[in-house]
Amino acid sequence: MNIQSCVEVCNEWDIVSARQLGRNMAKELGFGNVDQARITTAISELARNIYLYAGNGKICIEAAEKMGKRGLKIIATDNGPGIKDIRKVMEDGYTTSGGLGAGLPGVKRLMDEFMIDSVVGSGTEIIATKWLR
Amino acid sequence: MSDRDLIIDRYKDLLKTYLKGKSETALYKGQQFSRKLIEQQISPDDVLSDHVSVLHELFPDMSEELKDSFDFLLEVMIGYGFAYREHQSLRTRQRQLESEIEVAASMQQTLLMSDVPTVDGLDIGVKSVPAKKMNGDYFNFVKDHKSVSIAVADIIGKGIPAALCMSMIKYAMDSLPEQRMQPNLLLENLNRVVEQNVHPNMFITMLYGLYDTDLHEFYYAGAGHEPGFFYRASEDRFEDMFAKGLVLGVSRQTRYKEYQLRVNLGDMIILLSDGVTECRTSKGFIERDEIVDLIRAHMHKPAQEVVESVFNELERLQEFELRDDFTLIILKRKV
Ligand SMILES: Nc1ncnc2c1ncn2[C@@H]1O[C@H](COP(=O)(O)OP(=O)(O)OP(=O)(O)O)[C@@H](O)[C@H]1O
Ligand SMILES: [Mg+2]
Repeated sequence: MNIQSCVEVCNEWDIVSARQLGRNMAKELGFGNVDQARITTAISELARNIYLYAGNGKICIEAAEKMGKRGLKIIATDNGPGIKDIRKVMEDGYTTSGGLGAGLPGVKRLMDEFMIDSVVGSGTEIIATKWLR
Repeated sequence: MSDRDLIIDRYKDLLKTYLKGKSETALYKGQQFSRKLIEQQISPDDVLSDHVSVLHELFPDMSEELKDSFDFLLEVMIGYGFAYREHQSLRTRQRQLESEIEVAASMQQTLLMSDVPTVDGLDIGVKSVPAKKMNGDYFNFVKDHKSVSIAVADIIGKGIPAALCMSMIKYAMDSLPEQRMQPNLLLENLNRVVEQNVHPNMFITMLYGLYDTDLHEFYYAGAGHEPGFFYRASEDRFEDMFAKGLVLGVSRQTRYKEYQLRVNLGDMIILLSDGVTECRTSKGFIERDEIVDLIRAHMHKPAQEVVESVFNELERLQEFELRDDFTLIILKRKV
């Protein structure tokens, strides 16, 4: 059941492919229009970070299941420089775009589960899940 | 039916009513409704999506292109949803911070305020009431075997900086034990500390005095502080206790002058903050004479009762709306 589809991210067009992948999966799982759009936005944010800060990496999407709930899981991984101060990065208003509510805190707020693991010099992994209501 | 369904239903009704009559009333209802949506923290992209589903229901014959165009609009609106959610969380955070600051500031203040000492031969009354949570007035007593010193200060500034400033003053005073006996030197030293450490837009006025309980002499000096009163029992007369001197922290070179008063049986030293004299009533500012009249009317009572009565009276005159911090201290020689 847990089939994973992945997209390599190394340029801006790959961000679009990652979005497409996520949208298809979200639609299949039965997410409504708004949630589909939100999930793709979250994917965009994660993919754009990979493209901008790590150079390349990948976005994987899979169907998730937990205690009878069904949902969509985004796994973003890269072998880039990593994030030094995760706590700071997760603060509202820290992003370079500043105050648009986007960036990692925005993704976290939007998704139901959010996990970030980053090691300076070796890379970053972010796993975010949204459950169907 | 879930809350969400109820909202969509209500939205549909309001929209239908508007489409039928295009009345201002219907628009007004829409505006009212938006308040409710905001109250329930419904984000703008959700509203758009509700609107679209209602449209699908009301106009099933909409062209495919029109339908698709809403998907595009939705995508654009998602960003507003993100921004809205950030706004919500920042607002919650801000409220938390504000109340934390308030608690911290008033806690700190409680720690800094000294107890009123019991001194043989003196009857002391103190009333200090903040206008808001944080009191900008500060008083401090230090007692030893032959004297008691009193500082009354007004810190013009708010919140954390004022609270920090207050603790700086307390610790600076504690660290100047040699000057405790010489009010003018104490103010000069304190002035230097304040001048070096406090932001220029914060001011501190202070009256510092030392009561010699053996000799019954009161030595004092003032730094731009509201003058107190001295009640001379032998003449049954109140005098202003002027003390010339610049506000603390303005100039490093400021010198202060020491004054001396002989205190006889029944005499009273009255120290206050400008919150007492700048009480604003329906008839304008209270005059210093009126404060004197109030004290006179109650002065047969113990000192604590006098300050309480004066406060109650002034509070009543201001219709129970304190505009400035209030501090009134009375020392009365009783033996
Ligand atoms: N995959 C990553 N590898 C290394 N650093 C990253 C990665 N993702 C994020 N960062 C760091 O975390 C910071 C915050 O990221 P976030 O996406 O929240 O904001 P942003 O990219 O700066 O601005 P925005 O996304 O709002 O345009 C980035 O500026 C970057 O320094
Ligand atoms: Mg980013």
